[in-house]
Amino acid sequence: MDLFANAIVAGVLLGAFYAAVAVGLAITFGQLDIVNIAHPAFVIVGSYIAWIVNSRLGIDPVLVGVLASPLFFVAGALVYRVYYAAFERTGQESLSGLAFFFGVMFIIEVSLILVYGVDYRNVTASYIGESIELGYVGIPLRLLVPFLAASLMTGGVWLYLSRTFTGRAILAVAQDRLALQLMGADPVRIKQWAFGLAIGTTAIAGALLIIIGPVEPSVGRVYIGRAFAVVVLGGMGSIPGMIIAALLLGVVESFVSTFAGPSWAPAVAFGVLLLTLAVRPSGLFGRA
Amino acid sequence: MKFVKVCFALAVAAFAGLAAAADPIKIGFGMALTGPLGGNGKAALIAMEIWKDDVNKAGGLLGRKVEFVYYDDATQPKNVPSIYTKLLDVDKVDLVVSSYGTNVIAPAMAVVMRKKMAFPALFGLAVNDQFGYDRYFQIMPAGPEPKTDWSRGFFELAAAQNPKPKTVAIVAADSEFALNAAAGARKNAEAKGFKIVYDKTYPPPTTDFTPIVRAIQAENPDVVFVASYPPDSAGMVKAANEVGLKAKLFGGGMVGLQYATFQKNLGPMLENIVNYDFWVPAPTLNFPGVNEFLKKYQHEAEGKGVDPLGHYLPPYAYAYMQVLGQAVEATKSLDQGKLAEYMHSHTFKTVVGDVKFGKNGEWATSRMLMVQFRNIKPNDLEQFSKVGSRVVLYPPAFKSGDIVYPYKQ
Amino acid sequence: MFRSRADVVFWVVLVAVFLAGLGATYVVKNEYYFTALYGILQAMLMAVAWNILGGFTGYVNFGSAGFFALGAYTVVFLDKALGLPLPLLIVAAALVCGLLGLGVGYLSLRLKGVYFAIATLATAIVLETLITNWRYVGGGRGAYLVAPAEVPFLFSSYVDMLFVVMLALTLGAVAISRYLNASRLGRGLAAIRDDEGAAECAGVPTLRLKLISTTLMGALMGVAGAPYPFFVTFIDPASAFNLFVAVNAIAMPMIGGTAHWLGPVIGAILVGGTQEVVTVTVKAEYSVLVVGIMLVLFITLAPQGIVGLAQKYLRRRK
Repeated sequence: MDLFANAIVAGVLLGAFYAAVAVGLAITFGQLDIVNIAHPAFVIVGSYIAWIVNSRLGIDPVLVGVLASPLFFVAGALVYRVYYAAFERTGQESLSGLAFFFGVMFIIEVSLILVYGVDYRNVTASYIGESIELGYVGIPLRLLVPFLAASLMTGGVWLYLSRTFTGRAILAVAQDRLALQLMGADPVRIKQWAFGLAIGTTAIAGALLIIIGPVEPSVGRVYIGRAFAVVVLGGMGSIPGMIIAALLLGVVESFVSTFAGPSWAPAVAFGVLLLTLAVRPSGLFGRA
Repeated sequence: MKFVKVCFALAVAAFAGLAAAADPIKIGFGMALTGPLGGNGKAALIAMEIWKDDVNKAGGLLGRKVEFVYYDDATQPKNVPSIYTKLLDVDKVDLVVSSYGTNVIAPAMAVVMRKKMAFPALFGLAVNDQFGYDRYFQIMPAGPEPKTDWSRGFFELAAAQNPKPKTVAIVAADSEFALNAAAGARKNAEAKGFKIVYDKTYPPPTTDFTPIVRAIQAENPDVVFVASYPPDSAGMVKAANEVGLKAKLFGGGMVGLQYATFQKNLGPMLENIVNYDFWVPAPTLNFPGVNEFLKKYQHEAEGKGVDPLGHYLPPYAYAYMQVLGQAVEATKSLDQGKLAEYMHSHTFKTVVGDVKFGKNGEWATSRMLMVQFRNIKPNDLEQFSKVGSRVVLYPPAFKSGDIVYPYKQ
Repeated sequence: MFRSRADVVFWVVLVAVFLAGLGATYVVKNEYYFTALYGILQAMLMAVAWNILGGFTGYVNFGSAGFFALGAYTVVFLDKALGLPLPLLIVAAALVCGLLGLGVGYLSLRLKGVYFAIATLATAIVLETLITNWRYVGGGRGAYLVAPAEVPFLFSSYVDMLFVVMLALTLGAVAISRYLNASRLGRGLAAIRDDEGAAECAGVPTLRLKLISTTLMGALMGVAGAPYPFFVTFIDPASAFNLFVAVNAIAMPMIGGTAHWLGPVIGAILVGGTQEVVTVTVKAEYSVLVVGIMLVLFITLAPQGIVGLAQKYLRRRK
């Protein structure tokens, strides 16, 4: 029972982190249909920024992430501009866009390697290594702090998207571009804003990643599968769906790890994804 | 007339000899300078270049300057065959050595064996088991049976405790070194009469180790043996601390705990962990030349994004070049067969002490150190370059202190 | 097969290239060129295979590494279990991966576009986990395949033989791809790519064509992976299921041009060649940068690939 409860808790904590990584992708891919495969690479850049500032100035990594997100927002908007000019305007998306982002991903990864080398980087913070006990459930702060930060961030993004005008415009631009124009909003400006927001989240997600464990430039690759799986499983266009899918993935991984043996965890997680796609392609909560 | 001819011939030969003496000796290799093993590979290269500079300052090998020809294999096995065929067929190097890591050493074996080259290798676990090549020489001190020798010391220490522990948990990453080390651990555990209560593997990209450590704790093992790579080792140690792992002996085959950056980052969490190592600052390991070498290395390593202390791989990277260099000087030739024969039949004096190879190219006697982290202070890199932070417990010939047992109660 | 003059020219060139390659192994004693060319040919075969489904039919496969690795591991398994000769091993790899391709083809019934791509990625990851846990072929520990000491009749070294085998396989794949491109089958595939719904309405047997496409792609990728274990002598899941294999399989056709059978060939020569050169001259890490930069440049400036550029130029000349 003890093991069971701990497995669930560990899964939820990790799942919330997966949600933080995937929320930006849920916007760009889930809602705008832009296959930004370079998303995890941006997260790694976020991790490196957190490491640099944390090791030079000793500032808490989460704070660094929050402070860096406006810069990432601007970077995201710029990247979208290029993407729009090259692809969307000419109607060449999907495959070309995908290839473009593959290229961006490699350029980011190699640049990091050339500048910082391949050594693993860590951050130091007072709460890493500490743990709190609630009955027979132990919660490491190294996971709890990212959990709280991730929840705040994903919750905040969702509220923004569902309550504010710009946010709702983002949701709308995916569904009906013409209607949006008639409502007085410029779809291109909206998409740019959305992409910027998505990349802005990677600054924080990156900081959380490096709190949980050491980071080096190629670490982003294992998150490509996870992030896309979570967005697709949750249903394209649905942020709450994505959050639930992320938590589900975290819990499934945790259970398989604890009870069956960790080496089966990826098979089970992606097997679940395949099954869902086969049975209900629109995901758990997607617009069908 | 004949006299003139002879003089002329001698003169030509002398000039030819002089001209040859001006030709540098080229040593070729691939090295993992990027990719997962890149950090260590870069550190190894720095050590090897220090050796090259030292040798050249002293007049070179056989009176000729030594040059390196190397390419980055990016830790990708598929790059290795073309690198070594280029080195041997196009660059026409005189000697070859290996890259770092089993999965980039193994693909070179086929090429090297075809060309019958002597092949000093840097840290690959039991590569020659598969090939049985008589010109392969491994500088990693695992011992004649690398897979079991790796963890032998760990289990001997466990068995020597009173009361003797009963149960063992084995956990390993799903890749070649860790699985081999775990297989050896299983053999050692059974040989010592321990009961294995947990024996699982995990996929390398695992992010969080708390569920694994909890599952291990649920079986209440006395001894926990871990075979892991740097990020997982760090993850395991952190998780063990957070879960509060209560074992009597913890550690074994965790790669990464020997690297400066992890030691500094994990700090006091390392307390009392017993893990493998190859060289630590200890009075019993003060081999001639090692401290001077480390000073040179530490100076060169500054600002290059590699391990700043260089205790793990660099001394051995320097040593394996020393072995090659000494063999060349002793046989006064570059003939691969003669070099191989010499390397099999002699003991070498290097910065890591006396090196003697067995028939299969591995060390004739194992020198896997089991060290215990003690009195570790937080956020202090300097302490790891001083005596006392890592106490050598095994083998008895190099022991520098007694074990603190149990790990945590 | 010899419907037009272009066909005759093509086959003559094909046979000439093969004979040149074969002849080179006798004349050039330097093994390096053959090891480098092997890598480029392998990439070309993967690119040609990918393009059958991706470029001709319009379904993007993210999981190319899965097919490649399955081919390689089929060979490892059969070599260990039965010690079959290389040609049989290659056929076996083609069969097994063709079957996987067939399965993936059925997936395309339910999933379109990016969903299909994600499903192929998930398939590759599941496969990787299964193989990592399969002790008989070495699992995570990896497997060693020592090349036999004696080399079959014609060749002077094992690497030469592997090179010629790969040359033959790749040329065969290019021929198949060219045939598909121009045939009625190929037009059906193009119809599916342009508008599947409309194609269905027009009577194109979309399911059958898609299945042919995925099976063929699968089989060819498996064939690309089959000689790999002998080439590297040490194989483990991490290197076989490499992301790079998958990306190259997509990048090369995209840079060369996806609509034409020549596209992946040109893309492979350009990108693969540059990568090999960079690996042995500068730093291997830069070879990753090469792919990245080439992708970005070509995709933004020449979305139809090099073939597309050439076609535009030729059209303008007329």
